[in-house]
Amino acid sequence: MVIEQNGLTDMAKKPTTKKNTPKKITTPRKITKGGKVAARRKPVKPKALKATSDELKGFYREMLMMRRFEEKAGQMYGMGLIGGFCHLYIGQEAVVTGIQSTLKTGDTILTSYRDHAHMLACKIDPKVIMAELTGRETGISKGKGGSMHMFSVEHGFYGGHGIVAAQVPIGAGLGFAHKYRGTDNVSVVYFGDGAANQGQIYETFNMAELWNLPVIFVIENNQYAMGTAVRRASSEIELHKRGESFRIPGEAVDGMDVLAVREAAARAVDWCRAGNGPMLLEMNTYRYRGHSMSDPAKYRSKEEVQKMRAEHDPIDQVKQRLLEGNIMSEEEMKAIDKEIKTIVAAAAQFAQDSAEPAPHELYTDILVAE
Amino acid sequence: MTIEILLPAMSPTMTEGNLAKWHVKEGDKVAAGDVLAEIETDKATMELETDEDGVVGKIFVPEATESIAVGTVIAVLLEEGETASDVSAAPTIVSASPENKPEIVDVAAPIAQIVTEDDFPEGTTFTSTTVREALRDAMAEEMRLDDDVFIMGEEVAEYEGAYKVTQGLHAEFGDRRVIDTPITEHGFAGLGVGASMAGLRPVVEFMTFNFAMQAIDHIINSAAKTNYMSGGQIRCPIVFRGPNGAASRVGAQHSQNYASWYAHVPGLIVISPYSAADAKGLLKSAIKSQNPVVFLENEMIYGQSFDVPDIADYTVPIGKAKVVRQGSDVTLVSYSIGVKFSLAAAEKLAAEGISAEVIDLRTLRPLDMDTVIASVKKTNRVVCVEEGWVSCSISSEISARLMEDAFDYLDAPVLRVTNADVPMPYAANLEKLAVVTDDQIVEAAKKVCYKAGDN
Repeated sequence: MVIEQNGLTDMAKKPTTKKNTPKKITTPRKITKGGKVAARRKPVKPKALKATSDELKGFYREMLMMRRFEEKAGQMYGMGLIGGFCHLYIGQEAVVTGIQSTLKTGDTILTSYRDHAHMLACKIDPKVIMAELTGRETGISKGKGGSMHMFSVEHGFYGGHGIVAAQVPIGAGLGFAHKYRGTDNVSVVYFGDGAANQGQIYETFNMAELWNLPVIFVIENNQYAMGTAVRRASSEIELHKRGESFRIPGEAVDGMDVLAVREAAARAVDWCRAGNGPMLLEMNTYRYRGHSMSDPAKYRSKEEVQKMRAEHDPIDQVKQRLLEGNIMSEEEMKAIDKEIKTIVAAAAQFAQDSAEPAPHELYTDILVAE
Repeated sequence: MTIEILLPAMSPTMTEGNLAKWHVKEGDKVAAGDVLAEIETDKATMELETDEDGVVGKIFVPEATESIAVGTVIAVLLEEGETASDVSAAPTIVSASPENKPEIVDVAAPIAQIVTEDDFPEGTTFTSTTVREALRDAMAEEMRLDDDVFIMGEEVAEYEGAYKVTQGLHAEFGDRRVIDTPITEHGFAGLGVGASMAGLRPVVEFMTFNFAMQAIDHIINSAAKTNYMSGGQIRCPIVFRGPNGAASRVGAQHSQNYASWYAHVPGLIVISPYSAADAKGLLKSAIKSQNPVVFLENEMIYGQSFDVPDIADYTVPIGKAKVVRQGSDVTLVSYSIGVKFSLAAAEKLAAEGISAEVIDLRTLRPLDMDTVIASVKKTNRVVCVEEGWVSCSISSEISARLMEDAFDYLDAPVLRVTNADVPMPYAANLEKLAVVTDDQIVEAAKKVCYKAGDN
């Protein structure tokens, strides 16, 4: 790392009469206590992490749960049981599964409105998620939030945010609280490639690095902001570089491979826990379904979607590893499949059987009674 | 010709200053750009530089003099060839053009007396405190009581507040709890909301609420709605505070009153106090609250002194209006600086034999209509007073609620006296025409009492 001279000192000197090419003026970099310019830092890549058999089995099970849950939600939407917007995560399961596996109690996560799988990853009961989707009193937000607005303080899940990118400064605020309280917990903030163009993200990057906040910014680049391809909306499509001018180290990751995700996440988590400030991970992933349930699907070809499913599916990749490593047999997998179907069916039933919120709930939870 | 050095106005609202220190003495030679003296205003201490070369001929105002009017000759410089005998003995005192003086200086002290009467236990002692100091004291006290309370905003730490409201906090609480932010309202408002969701109690200062427009998404979508959307799980104990409404001669983009914008939103508490005691007691209640609070101050009354009770951990309940002057003929309902104009109007009305009751709403959401209606039952006439635009204003809301809930007690239509329905002009004369005045209030009060000239 070449240490550049503080340009301001040069400017203060009186100009000489000699006609020289003007010296390049550089802005001063982050100055350390010794008065020297701090070099940019980034974590060193360790060897690839290998998953134990149990971990691989766990990933398979978790991702399958997300997939089946979302498929069921899609069906229920079609039946008119779920209203409004419903954004499915199908195809992206490896991202949240891999990252969540590196977190510990006290860490917090939050994301946008595509949030069902993130809640399942936080081990929230599928029943209360589904009941929220159907707008029932047993839902996690008592039926008052819906698909896009769910929270669980108990599970470290802070939403569930409906305004594109608004969760990013909020997530930095959670990171601020971790640091303020002197814990080594981290805040993981998920946002999409579309949100990555919002101004408030860059305000947040600046403060997060300036104040050394333990925040992991995760861009879930599923290639389309609603129907707009990344290249049609972003002047720099390598989104992991978006933190560079704030000195936030970034990394591009194969977001379809849960082990690659976990490896990168573990590195980022260590980096943040050690007090090195924020880190940016770009997870290259793919959503199979539409942006929401009312997607015309005219912005991409069926072949493109089919190719991703056939060649990169996150669940198939784990399945392959399990079979090749003789960790699990087809029969065992079928048993897991069946078990998950039962859980999801029970959640769906619960969500339909539960009562709608009582009318008096209209006026509760507006302000906290004091 | 000697050169007179006048005490300059160093901010839009400065009317007087203290001469803290002279950096030169009589006979010193000075060059343009040299620092002559340190001037202390209610907002900051600033260095006074000379624009001219010369010799300090005479110093008229010694250092450590307080409350010198803007425009006072504090010294003279001699130009080449002049001697001290060229200085005329007595300096000409030049006062700031009355046109440019904000309304605020005309009405003053007696009003403060009225506000602090009769609410306190016998034997309560009071300390004269400016609104600015009262706000600072509220924050300092709450920060001492609870480590989760911290303040963030632009220039709140090392600069000690753009309007000096956070003076002394950084020295006492340090970098961890008094945090200078970059100029990124949207970002730091959101960050504050996140910190409050995690259970901290941020006080987010906006340099003015005009700049909070950049952050309004987080105030409304993130702070106000999350408790409801989470079924009561996610608390947002945050205070957004800063000056609101018109300052003086700062034009349309720095002069807006946002009270009705925030008061419109369920999930928010909106407070806008007038007196220093209320500013202190309500800000402490706001910081202790589990709910997001928008706390609207007014730059024009920051420097005004009121009696603040010497009561430990003094709080004022949220959602309670206050009758600040008793009367029987007409009720003037207002908040923030509007209370000042209303009290001045009440004084004028008294001289004309009309007894006006003045209500300071103090909290704008929830509105304390009980206090207003109790007054209406007595006076049967209401004028709403508001330094802000008329459409969809707090005054409009009061009017509508009186129609719904107190129609039978009204003997005259409710009138609204507000600022002109225009972006705030810069020119001194136009600005004066745009802002509500006590004479307009007097006029409206007489009208609802059917005592106006044209009735």
